Amino acid sequence: MSDISCPAPAQSLLKRGDRTARRHAAEARFRACGLGAILIGLAALAVLLASVLTSGLGAFRQSYIHLPIHLSEAELDQSGTRDTEVMKKVTTIGYGKVIDKALAEAVAQAGIAIDGLTDDDISGIISREAAAQVRDMVLSNPDLIGETIDLSVLANGRIDGYLKGRVTAESAALDSNVSPAQLQLADAMMERGLLSLDFNAAFLTAPDASDQRPEAAGLGVAILGSAYMMLIVLALALPIGVAASIYLEEFAPKNRLTDLIEVNIANLAAVPSIVFGILGLAIFINFAGLPQSAPVVGGLVLTLMTLPTIIIATRASLKAVPPSIREAALGLGASRMQAVFHHVLPLAAPGILTGTILGLAQALGETAPLLLIGMVAFVREYPAAPPEGLFDPASALPVQIYNWTQRADPAFVERASGAIIVLLAFLLVMNAAAILLRRRFERRW
Amino acid sequence: MKDTLTETPATTDTAKIAVRGLQVHYADTHAVRDVDVDIPDKAVTALIGPSGCGKSTFLRCLNRMNDTIPAARVTGEVRIDGEDIHDPRVDPVQLRAKVGMVFQKPNPFPKSIRDNVAYGPKIHGLTRTRAELDEVVEKSLRRAALWDEVKDRLNAPGTGLSGGQQQRLCIARAIATAPEILLMDEPCSALDPIATAQIEELIDELRNRFAVVIVTHSMQQAARVSQRTAFFHLGRMVEYGDTGELFTNPADPRTESYISGRIG
Amino acid sequence: MSAIWTLLTLLILAALGFALGRARALASAGGDIRALHSLPGHYGWATVLFTLVPALSLLALLTMAAPLTPAGTVAVVALALAALAWSLRRIAPDFRARRTVERGVLVLLVLAACVAIATTAGIVLSMLFETQNFFAQYGWRDFFLSTTWAPRFQGNSDLGILPLLWGTLYVSFIALVFAVPVGLFAAIYMAEYASRRFRAIVKPGIEVLAGIPTIVYGLFALITVGPLLRDYFAQPLGVGSSGSSVMTAGLVMGIMLIPFVSSLSDDIIAQVPQSLRDGSLGLGATRSETICQVILPAALPGIVGAVLLAASRAIGETMIVVLGAGAAAKLSLNPFEAMTTITVKIVSQLTGDSDFAAPETLVAFALGLTLFAITLCLNVLALAIVRKYREQYE
Repeated sequence: MSDISCPAPAQSLLKRGDRTARRHAAEARFRACGLGAILIGLAALAVLLASVLTSGLGAFRQSYIHLPIHLSEAELDQSGTRDTEVMKKVTTIGYGKVIDKALAEAVAQAGIAIDGLTDDDISGIISREAAAQVRDMVLSNPDLIGETIDLSVLANGRIDGYLKGRVTAESAALDSNVSPAQLQLADAMMERGLLSLDFNAAFLTAPDASDQRPEAAGLGVAILGSAYMMLIVLALALPIGVAASIYLEEFAPKNRLTDLIEVNIANLAAVPSIVFGILGLAIFINFAGLPQSAPVVGGLVLTLMTLPTIIIATRASLKAVPPSIREAALGLGASRMQAVFHHVLPLAAPGILTGTILGLAQALGETAPLLLIGMVAFVREYPAAPPEGLFDPASALPVQIYNWTQRADPAFVERASGAIIVLLAFLLVMNAAAILLRRRFERRW
Repeated sequence: MKDTLTETPATTDTAKIAVRGLQVHYADTHAVRDVDVDIPDKAVTALIGPSGCGKSTFLRCLNRMNDTIPAARVTGEVRIDGEDIHDPRVDPVQLRAKVGMVFQKPNPFPKSIRDNVAYGPKIHGLTRTRAELDEVVEKSLRRAALWDEVKDRLNAPGTGLSGGQQQRLCIARAIATAPEILLMDEPCSALDPIATAQIEELIDELRNRFAVVIVTHSMQQAARVSQRTAFFHLGRMVEYGDTGELFTNPADPRTESYISGRIG
Repeated sequence: MSAIWTLLTLLILAALGFALGRARALASAGGDIRALHSLPGHYGWATVLFTLVPALSLLALLTMAAPLTPAGTVAVVALALAALAWSLRRIAPDFRARRTVERGVLVLLVLAACVAIATTAGIVLSMLFETQNFFAQYGWRDFFLSTTWAPRFQGNSDLGILPLLWGTLYVSFIALVFAVPVGLFAAIYMAEYASRRFRAIVKPGIEVLAGIPTIVYGLFALITVGPLLRDYFAQPLGVGSSGSSVMTAGLVMGIMLIPFVSSLSDDIIAQVPQSLRDGSLGLGATRSETICQVILPAALPGIVGAVLLAASRAIGETMIVVLGAGAAAKLSLNPFEAMTTITVKIVSQLTGDSDFAAPETLVAFALGLTLFAITLCLNVLALAIVRKYREQYE
């Protein structure tokens, strides 16, 4: 055994060689790459949120025109009976005329004079939705007829865009839907307090509106539809998921069936969501004959999608309960079923609940399967109260967002981004609840 | 403790490693308390003591492995060949090439036997050609008394060897970087008696070239392989001296209780 | 609708049954619980089971066959009442109510667990059935081998999957090229370098990306990333003029996959035993040398599994490509061109008013089945690799 012929003479530890310096430089580069990767991730998150917030916050403010409107009996209730059945004969066109007249008077009274401004231009700055809203208001309270009331009515989407900076004089010149004169009118009305941007509560409560009326579009039906679906998911996925987990974790013998179930759950968790949509379409709608666009179908599809998540979370928290608890119960003469339901399940409950909330959050944001079961349909009617309402057509939050991205008017991009803010706010609340729950009840054995 | 030191005078001139006032804190435990010791070159020094006495922590100070544990705080002085290893100019990477380490559980990398041994020389750039590297691999394996068993399957995975072979592979891996000191942290605790005997024989060989410091929980092993023994108790080094002397004629009552089996 | 009211009626009956069963058991024992075989509650639950199970089965059968008629409702409620009466008559002190109840509950638990199997079966069967209908009208060779996708309303469409498959794979490839290095490096930094505090702050930040719904990513692609890439890369370089492109969808999907790759890799790197790190550091390797030469090779199978799972995610992703990739079926190499994917076409063929006899609609099921088969293979393979990897270090 000769000496190892390494060219490494006894070297002082205090001197660093070139090679060591290079190795440390490589180390620093590598570390910087890691940090860079994390920064890329965080930057992507920041840009994503900033992009959604900047384009979406506008949806929470809306341009309103403030007018004294005389609801003349001659125009709106010729019979004078205040009978709503009779009054329904007056269509939105009739109400439109009343509003137009009020606006023209208000403009004249304010002394606004703009070259080339026609009567049509003036009435054009009001949303076409305004007439319907006034009509609904009068029909629900016929006593208003004959009075002059101060009302805030929706401004046209283009005027709204002008107030938010989306529409400019240059773009208006090229746009057949709005003229530069109308923008001057808007400026003048703003100066005199006839037009202003106010908080848009209707965005959260109003139903969707047609392509030409982005200013009236709201999330009311979508939020209700999503809420119905979450109700169904909670009512089905939680009990089924917990039952399945209890069986697999506490009772299942080691056999083929158990293996098959395990493999199935693991795979279902990774199946593309759109496949669940196909399942819903084929089984629930085409085969079982449930109605399209109904929250019940969406809820069922989302239940099947959420089940693996809930099962995995529930099993983890059942597993975390130490066997000594079960043994203690069994030692007192409890049956296995009693040990599980009286002792293990209550101890695992916080974990199960946390998993369920996270599963619900995942289901709330899911879009693709809902597209296939007809949730994209244009729905303006609120669904009825459950249980019947579960079978009424409705929309869903994420689908409404998708729907709005498909419309031509750029005002709908603002609406879609605003809806995303609402969706993210819901998710934030759910996740925060889950985290709090975990912090509050987490138990280390 | 002072007695111990006067009995075995601190001869800094000949000591390979000189430790003064070494303290180690983990989060809120004081793991090593004020240890002074001189470890000679070309000899085996055994560290014994009940589990949790700080002997492994002490060992990990000698090549600054404790740096890798965020919660550990080391103070005091460790000099190797007179150079303080905590000097800011000292690079732990170079230090660890000079002070090799073998761990409790055999931990071959999931690579071939050859690549396991070649790993150190490669990262430290000790060889220029493939032939040189092969030579280092062969010599290290020979020195670890493993060559004859593995020379025909150098490309087989290191994890496929038996426990004792794995540990000898780890020793070969450590000596391939041409260290001057070898630290061994209970190298036989995971092995059967036959493999243990082989490793002990090997350790006896190794002391011809290296300063070997071995932590062991077995007093018999310490007696068999070491020339010097230090006894640790509750984070303190209670006694340090010639192995024969310490086992036959312990100076401290605590050492005596330990070697007679009353504490531990 | 009447089904729901029937259901509610049954539940009320069941609640009534519980009270009656419990009371009857107590009465039969003369108020002395010790004389009963089981707890009084068990007798109540037994009554509930006997009342509900047959009636619910009948209800399910009836509703599956046709919308529920008033006669059906009456039959279901009558059955429930009869079962309730019968089970009340059976109650006696020596009736082993607990065993009956527990057996019934166990059966329910097993049924719940079998929902997973039923779901998979439902997916496969529904798609197989419709795919068969599709291939009866359209040759499978043309479907799998034709390079044109051109559905026409009048019929006589070209429905080749290849351009869609190409778009799918191209988008997924770009997504992975972006997400795997970033996710892996992030995981390495998190596992090997980051201090506990840094980790506690940053890890949730990255994981937020995983909680964001894909529709949000889709909109991000549509309104931000797409125009950005078009205005600053594609048009100046003269390689494309469309906001929707493979690159847009790929990049955004890559962002979505970062947390997926990083959290899986983080778990896997954390499973590499500490002894290997010590061994390498003890030889004087730097951390990066330890990571590249020891930890990553050791973790490689697990990481491959994670990448396969990410690939399966990317292939099945829908909303990002619907909003970001475009709708034109093309076989092109230019990543700044709009292309389309399998999922986009499933959506477009199945939304709106579909004629379920036309091959243009049925093709969506064949596409779905293909997608399901591809992702299933990837998932099974990935899960097997990851499981084997875990066992190695347990």
